[in-house]
Amino acid sequence: MSSFRATELDRRNQRRERWVRGLFLVMTLMLILPVLIILGTLAWRGHSVISLDFLLSFPTNGMTEGGIFPALVGTLWLVGVALVVSVPMGVAAAIYLSEYAPENLLTRSINLAIINLAGVPSIVHALFGVGAFVLFFNFGTSILAAGLTLAVMTLPVVIVSTRESLQAVPQAFREASWSLGATRWQTIRRIVLPNSVSGILTGVILEVSRTVGETAPIMFTGAAFFLPFLPLGVGDQTMALSLHLFTVSTQVPNVPEALPFGVALTLISLVLILNAVSIAFRMYLRGKKKW
Amino acid sequence: MSEFNRGRRTVPGADTLGSSWWWDRIAQGVVFLGGISAIVFIVAIFIFVAQQGLGFAIFELDKGVFLTSPEWRPTTEPEPVFGGLALIVGTASVTGLAMLVAVPFSLGAAIFIGEFATGRAREYLKVLVELLAAIPSVVWGFIGLTVVNPLIIDLFNVPVGLTILNAGVILGLMAAPIMTTIAEDALKAVPDSYREAAEALGATRWQVIRQVVLPSAKNGLVAAILLGVGRGFGETMAVLMASGHSVNLPTSPFDSVRALTATIAAELGETARGSEHYKALFSIGILLFLVTFTINLLADVAVRGRRKRR
Repeated sequence: MSSFRATELDRRNQRRERWVRGLFLVMTLMLILPVLIILGTLAWRGHSVISLDFLLSFPTNGMTEGGIFPALVGTLWLVGVALVVSVPMGVAAAIYLSEYAPENLLTRSINLAIINLAGVPSIVHALFGVGAFVLFFNFGTSILAAGLTLAVMTLPVVIVSTRESLQAVPQAFREASWSLGATRWQTIRRIVLPNSVSGILTGVILEVSRTVGETAPIMFTGAAFFLPFLPLGVGDQTMALSLHLFTVSTQVPNVPEALPFGVALTLISLVLILNAVSIAFRMYLRGKKKW
Repeated sequence: MSEFNRGRRTVPGADTLGSSWWWDRIAQGVVFLGGISAIVFIVAIFIFVAQQGLGFAIFELDKGVFLTSPEWRPTTEPEPVFGGLALIVGTASVTGLAMLVAVPFSLGAAIFIGEFATGRAREYLKVLVELLAAIPSVVWGFIGLTVVNPLIIDLFNVPVGLTILNAGVILGLMAAPIMTTIAEDALKAVPDSYREAAEALGATRWQVIRQVVLPSAKNGLVAAILLGVGRGFGETMAVLMASGHSVNLPTSPFDSVRALTATIAAELGETARGSEHYKALFSIGILLFLVTFTINLLADVAVRGRRKRR
C-alpha cells in the first residue's frame, strides 16, 4: 500500500492548495462584504424616512421636506417609453440574430455594435440624446426624448437576454415544425417564441432595473430637478427618482441628513427587487424546463 | 441553420406564394431591420455627437493646448482656455486606482467562484455578484459622498475625503462584479477535459488552475479587464459625486480631481447651444466615444483570438 501513502511533496501541495483556496475565498469576501455593509448602512440610515406618505407626497419647502411622488411617477413614464421602443426592437434583433443571421461580416458587425452600444459611456448617450432627439427630431427636453435615449442605451440588454432564451429552444423543435411544412416565420411565432417568452420576460425585467437607475442620459434630455406638477404626456418634462437622488444629495442646500438616504434606499430597493425577481424567475424556469 | 431552409430559394411547384409565404417575407424584413438597429444606433451616436463637436475639435480647438494645458477655463472672456490635461489625468488616475482595486479581487473572486466553490455556495455567490453589478451609478456616487467620504477623513486625518482615493475605490467596487462575471465566463469556457487530463496526471486543483486553466483562459481574462477599464473610463455620476470635481493636477491620491465624463455632466446644462464651450463638451464626448470604442474593439479581438485557437 505504500504507493497510496502521501509523500512530503503531496503534503506540501495539499497545504499550498488549502492556503490558495483560503486566499481566494478572502478575496471574494472582500469584494462582497464591503458592499453589503454599505447597503446595510443605507438601509439603517434611510429606513426611518420611508413611509407611504413619503412615497405618495410632493417634495415641499425647496425639496428639503415632503416626499418623492413626482419622481416615482416620472421614472414610471420614462421606463414605459423606453420599454415600448426597445422591447419590440430588441426582440426583433434577437430573432434575426438567433434565427436568420448567417455567419458573415454583417452579423459580426451587429454583434460588435451591440457590445459597443453597451460600452459607450452613459454621458455620451446623453450627448446623443441631446443631438438626436432633443434638437434634430425637435422633441425638446421631454419624456419622449429621455425615454428614447434610455431605450437606445438599454437595447443591448434586451437583445442579449432574448437571444439567449431563443437559442435555448432546441433545434429539433424547429426542424419538427419545418418538416410539417411550416414557414420560418410560422415556426418562430408558434414554436420558438412561445417556448422562450418567459426567458424574454426575465430580460425585460432586467432592462427595467437598468432604466430605473440611469441618471446621466436623462439629465439633459427630459428630466428636471424639480417640477411642482405631474407630467401629463410624453411631451412634458418630468422628475425622476435617480436624478432626484443626485439633486437632493448635491444640489440643494440644507437638506436634512436622512432625506437623501431615504431616496437612495427607495431607488436601490427598487433596482435590487427587480433584479431579484428576474433571477428568481430565471432559476424557476431552469428547474421547470421540459427538455 | 440547416441548409434546406435558406428561405430565399423556392422549390418549383411546391411553393404557392400564399399569404403565409408573404408573411414570412415581411417578418424576415422586419426582424432584419431590428437586427441592424444596433449598427444604425452606434453609427447615429457617432454622427450626432460629431455633428455638434467634430468641426470645433478639428478646426477651432487647439489640440496642443488641450493635451498639455491643465487650465480648463471654458467661460473666461474674451479668451476661454480649453486645456484638458487635468481632466485626462483625473480620469486616468481614478480609473487606474479603480483597476488596482478591481483587477486582483475580481480575478480572485472569479477563480474562487468558478474553480473552488461548488453547489449551493457557488450559486449564491454568483447571484450575489450579479446583484452587486446592478447597483446604479448614482447610488455609488451617493455612497462615495456620504459613507466613504467621512471614512477617509477619519482614517487618514485629511480635510477633504472627496478625492482620487474615494472615486477610485467606489469605481473599483463598481466595476469588480462585472469583471468577475466576465472573467468567470472565460474560465467556464475552458473545456473540462483539459482539467480532467491534468487531474488524471495527479495535479492538485491549484496546479490545474495555474498551469492549465489560467493560460487557456488568458484572452478572456484580458477581455474582462479591458471591459472593466472601459467601464471605469466612461463612468459618469459616481465619479462626478465622489472625486471632488475640482480641476487640478493631482500629486497624491488625497487630491481632488475632475474627470472628462463628469465635466460634461456638470457643465452641459449651463452652456448656450452652439457656443464654443458647448462644442468643446461635445468634442470631449467624441474623445470618450473613440476611446471606449477602441477598448471594446480590443476586448472583442482578445475574445475572438481565444475562440480561433480552439
